[in-house]
Amino acid sequence: MTNPKGRFGVHGGQYIPETLMNAVIELEEAYSFYKEDPQFNQELTTLLNEYAGRPSRLYFAQKLTRELGGAKIYLKREDLNHTGAHKINNVLGQALLAKKMGKTRLIAETGAGQHGVATATAAALMDMECVVFMGEEDTIRQALNVYRMRLLGATVIPVKTGTATLKDACSAAFREWTNRISDTHYCLGSVMGPHPFPTIVRDFQAVISREIKAQMLEKEGRLPDAVIACVGGGSNAIGSFYHFIDEPGVRLIGCEAAGRGVDTFETAATIATGRLGIFHGMKSYFCQDAYGQIAPVYSISAGLDYPGVGPEHAYLHDIGRAEYVPVTDEEAVCAFEYLSRTEGIIPAIESAHAVAYAQKLAPTLSRDQIIVITISGRGDKDCAAIARYRGEDLHE
Amino acid sequence: MSNIQKAFQNGKAFIAFLTCGDPDLGTTAAAVRAAVAGGADLIELGIPFSDPTAEGPVIQGANLRALQGGVTTDQVFGLVWELRRDVSIPLVFMTYANVVFSYGSERFIANCREVGIDGLILPDVPYEEKEEFLPLCRQYGVDLISLIAPTSQNRIAMIAREAEGFLYIVSSLGVTGARKEITTDLASIVKVVRQNTQIPCAIGFGISTPQQAGEMAALADGAIVGSALVQLLEQYGKDAPAHIGAYVREMKAAMG
Repeated sequence: MTNPKGRFGVHGGQYIPETLMNAVIELEEAYSFYKEDPQFNQELTTLLNEYAGRPSRLYFAQKLTRELGGAKIYLKREDLNHTGAHKINNVLGQALLAKKMGKTRLIAETGAGQHGVATATAAALMDMECVVFMGEEDTIRQALNVYRMRLLGATVIPVKTGTATLKDACSAAFREWTNRISDTHYCLGSVMGPHPFPTIVRDFQAVISREIKAQMLEKEGRLPDAVIACVGGGSNAIGSFYHFIDEPGVRLIGCEAAGRGVDTFETAATIATGRLGIFHGMKSYFCQDAYGQIAPVYSISAGLDYPGVGPEHAYLHDIGRAEYVPVTDEEAVCAFEYLSRTEGIIPAIESAHAVAYAQKLAPTLSRDQIIVITISGRGDKDCAAIARYRGEDLHE
Repeated sequence: MSNIQKAFQNGKAFIAFLTCGDPDLGTTAAAVRAAVAGGADLIELGIPFSDPTAEGPVIQGANLRALQGGVTTDQVFGLVWELRRDVSIPLVFMTYANVVFSYGSERFIANCREVGIDGLILPDVPYEEKEEFLPLCRQYGVDLISLIAPTSQNRIAMIAREAEGFLYIVSSLGVTGARKEITTDLASIVKVVRQNTQIPCAIGFGISTPQQAGEMAALADGAIVGSALVQLLEQYGKDAPAHIGAYVREMKAAMG
């Protein structure tokens, strides 16, 4: 390759319009500098600890462990972060970086609204202007999050093009960035898009696995046997996996949203059903038709409702280092209800995909083995939608 | 010499963009012939993509209508084959990387050669990623067209030195679509281009009026018009070709 940077095996790259090239080069240079800058890291750590509430707890789920009757289960409680999800880890890092670069305006895409809320939050804190692009379908499904973003001072732009969901919100944010670059940073919400975004977002989310490792050594004196997380674009999963990639004894399991099943068209399980392609700035796996048209994907979870997957996950899949498993809507909803009743913890429907797979895996393991499930977010936002899924006439 | 150079031998080049299959392939063929009769020097044929991230609302709409009509890449190759019976001006494809990659890059580029496509414009493939397609384009004699943007600055010389066919200068920030005025200092960009390459350059994005076409022609070797033509197709549907012919004639005349 002319430029091998930002490649994970064959995946990744910078497939973007020329108009944005100097912007991503400038971002890469700034990031290379600030990631080694002690003052930047000090400021970020203070924000993460004092503002976002880190480190998040690694909670031993005793009842869940007993009921499933196999491996010991720990929950990494990203749902306890400020704004209720892991998204804030990345957003605080990118917003601080953007501020150092002299940018005064943040734009973002959002699916369920968690990343949009986190970006609006950071913008409010750091006195920056904020514009969030959200598929019109999702603004209806997640009306409360639209209000939260507006309350925080952000402008929310409903995206009506295409399928009016996350991928279209992402395309709209890229289009806006090509229109206004000099004062604007595109605060991408997942480990996707052109280099250097997959690396930057991974590094800011890697705090999750850094903490899991330290907390596990403190509590158990050893590493876990498996780490399980849900995967849409894959930011909480890569954050949960990163510091275990070089620990071959730790199984890394990503749970994709299978929607109504991988044998139907109503699915968002990219690794299970997608093919290698080039879209949204990266080479990776995408759900697409025979002519490369991006497929309209489906999942009950607006946060996993994306037709691609981050390039590093595609690579971890290729080399067999991580396993990716599909979890259906029905399985995720059952897990959502199960964790709520068993542990008194209502997980985000996204995170419930990881819980569902742990329910299958734990009983097959022995009592001296350990599983960590990342609970990437809290489920309050999903209650109305799950109630409707179960046939109740509940609206926010 | 690349066949594309012929487009620049008849005064300033008028380059027309059309989305294939909007509203149907028969109308696209008629629109191409009307543009040629009106004096177009080169036609960019857009192969529709589900998520055209470099396009504004007008061309996004055309992509969607074409796909809803069931148009496929194979049918677009068929259209070009049919057009080549009587259309001799240079034809290039404009589409997105995934349309080529997913078809099989070699199969796609070999087919371009076979049906008589002279070049390929991929707005989501910048200089850093051109190796993805360039070796195959060279092998089959299809020019991979490079783009320069208002933000390119220190990159202009590097891109221009390796450019093939013609250089596509993007007039403004943002996506495709008509603009009231173009404020980029295009003369400075063209100056750097001229210092680094002999191949012609044409300006696109935002050009819709004869006056703008005249201004751009004074700066560069040609003007590229897309959204204004696609707008005529949206407005007049199957009756658009007559309007397209008249519009191209007016634009070409304004370019001196």
